[in-house]
Amino acid sequence: MKVVVDMNKCQDHGQCVFASPDVFSFDDAGRLAYVAEPDDALRDEVEEAADVCPLQAIRIEG
Amino acid sequence: MSATVVVAGASMAGLRAAEQLRAAGWDGPVTVIGDEPHMPYNRPPLSKEVLAGKAPFESLAFRPRASVRDVEWRLGTRIVAADLDARHVELADGERLPYAGLVVATGMRPRRLRCPGPLTGRHTVRTLADAQGLHADLSRPGARVVVVGGGFIGCEVAATALGLGAAEVTVVDPMPLPMVGPLGELLARALLRRHEERGVRFALGTGVTAFEGGDRVTGVVLSDGRVLPADVVVESVGSLANTEWLDGNGLDLTDGVLTDEHLRAGGRPDVVAVGDVARFPNARYDGVPRRVEHWSIPTDTAKHAAVTLTAHLNGTGGTGREPFAPLPTFWSDQHDFRLQSFGAPALGLDDVRVLHGDEDGDLLVGYHTDGLLVGVIALGGQSAVMGAARYRAQLLKQPALSAAPALSAAPALSAAPDVAAVPALPVLTGQGAPE
Ligand SMILES: Cc1cc2nc3c(=O)[nH]c(=O)nc-3n(C[C@H](O)[C@H](O)[C@H](O)COP(=O)(O)OP(=O)(O)OC[C@H]3O[C@@H](n4cnc5c(N)ncnc54)[C@H](O)[C@@H]3O)c2cc1C
Ligand code: SF4
Repeated sequence: MKVVVDMNKCQDHGQCVFASPDVFSFDDAGRLAYVAEPDDALRDEVEEAADVCPLQAIRIEG
Repeated sequence: MSATVVVAGASMAGLRAAEQLRAAGWDGPVTVIGDEPHMPYNRPPLSKEVLAGKAPFESLAFRPRASVRDVEWRLGTRIVAADLDARHVELADGERLPYAGLVVATGMRPRRLRCPGPLTGRHTVRTLADAQGLHADLSRPGARVVVVGGGFIGCEVAATALGLGAAEVTVVDPMPLPMVGPLGELLARALLRRHEERGVRFALGTGVTAFEGGDRVTGVVLSDGRVLPADVVVESVGSLANTEWLDGNGLDLTDGVLTDEHLRAGGRPDVVAVGDVARFPNARYDGVPRRVEHWSIPTDTAKHAAVTLTAHLNGTGGTGREPFAPLPTFWSDQHDFRLQSFGAPALGLDDVRVLHGDEDGDLLVGYHTDGLLVGVIALGGQSAVMGAARYRAQLLKQPALSAAPALSAAPALSAAPDVAAVPALPVLTGQGAPE
C-alpha cells in the first residue's frame, strides 16, 4: 500500500494523526510526516485517516 | 421484495454511508439518489479556499473508495416522497424505487430571511453553485458586503470577503457577540476583537427588517433603524433540515430525523439517518438527541448506521452493541487563525476556563459540566490547535455524563453555530417560515 499526501492541500489539521498514529505524525517543526509505504495490515486505519482529513489531502494507492 | 439499499442524499454522508455499508459486509445493490448534479464534494472550502479563489472548484470532489465502484448514482434526481410501510421512495418524475434498507442523508438547506426587498445580490452558501455565484459577486471592485448572521459560516465568509478586497464588510447579528452560542462569551469576545482588528465591522444586537434597492439590493435596513449600504448580502442565519419528503410516515421530524442510539428512525430496523439531518442521542453525553452540524459527523454516523442496517439486512442481529457515542470535532478557518473544537463545549458554557494563553495570543479554553471537562476550543495558530489536540485523549476517556434533566434544555450542540443564533431571531421578520 502506498500513501501520498498532497502537501499543497494539507493544512496540518492532524486528524490523520489521531486516526492512524502508526503512519502519520508531526515532526518537531509541527509539519506532517508520514510513512509512505505502510504495511498492508494498517489499511483500515489509513483508510480512516484518508476519510477524516478535512482537506481530503490523503490518497491511498494500491 | 427489493434487496436494494437506497441512500437518499448524494453528499458526504451519502457517500460515507455507501462506503461503510460495503465495509460492514453489505454486498447487495446500493443506489444513491441526490438532487445536485455533482458527485459528492467537500463543503467546508466553499466558505474558505474556494470562495477565496485559492482552490479550484474541481478540487472539492471526494475520491470514493474502490469498494463503491458498483454503486448506482442517480444524480440530479429529487426524492419527493417515501412510504416507509410499503418500503419505497418516490422520485420527482413519479418513479417508485423499492428498498430493503433506507439511509436518510438529505442534510440541510440554508434558512432564508423573509424580509421585503429585492432578491438579486443576496446569497447563501451551501452548494457549489452558491459559492460560485457569491465569488463572482464578491469580485465586483469595491464591493460593500453585509453578512447577516455571525455564526461560523458568516464569520468565515466575512473574513474571505475582506481577503478578496471588499471595500467594507459588516456582520449583522441579533446576539451581542459573534458565534457566542457555541463558543461562550469569553471566546466570542476574543473572536470579535480579532475580526475587528483585521477590518471586519459588526452591527450586533440588531436584526434585519428589510432590504433596499430596485432590481438589486443596495442596502440593508436594521431593526435599530440604521441602513447599511450594500452591494452584496450574505444570509447565514442557520439551516433547515431537508425532511419534507419523509412527511406522513409518523417519524419525529421536529428538527431533522429523530433516531435511537443506533441511528434507526421511528423504531424501524430498516431506516437509518446519517449526517447533518440525523438528530441522535450521544451516549458520551447526556443522551439528549441533537443534530450536530460538524464535518466529522457524516463519517461517524455512517460507520455506526451502516453496521446497524447491515446487521438487520443480513439477519445477523447486531444486538448488544455499544450505543453511538462520537467525540464531536469541529474547526473553522477565519483570516489567519483557526478555531478547533473537541468534545461538546455547548454543554459546558456555564463553567468556562482559560486553559492556556490569553485573549490576545493563542487561546485555549475548557468547558465544564459538574467540574468535568466536556469540551475544549482553541483559537489561534497551529500551536493553539495542537494544544487542544492534547486534551482529546482526556475527553475520549472520560465517563459518560449522567442524563441530568437540567441538560435536556441545553442548546443544540450543533455547531450549528448558525442555528445557535436562532433563538434571537424574532427580530428578523418571518423567522421560522420555511422557504
Ligand atoms: C459553507 C460550509 C462550510 C462548512 N465548514 C465547516 C467547517 O469548517 N468545519 C466543520 O466541521 N464543518 C463545516 N461545515 C459542515 C459540513 O460541511 C456538513 O456537516 C456536511 O457537509 C454535512 O454533510 P451531509 O451529507 O450530512 O449533508 P449535505 O452536505 O447537506 O448533503 C445532503 C445532500 O442531499 C441532497 N438532498 C436534499 N434533499 C433531497 C431530496 N429530497 N432528494 C434528493 N437529494 C436531496 C442535497 O442536495 C445534498 O446534496 C460546513 C458547511 C458548509 C455549508
Ligand atoms: S488530516 Fe489532512 S490536513 Fe490534517 S495533517 Fe493530516 S493530511 Fe494534513
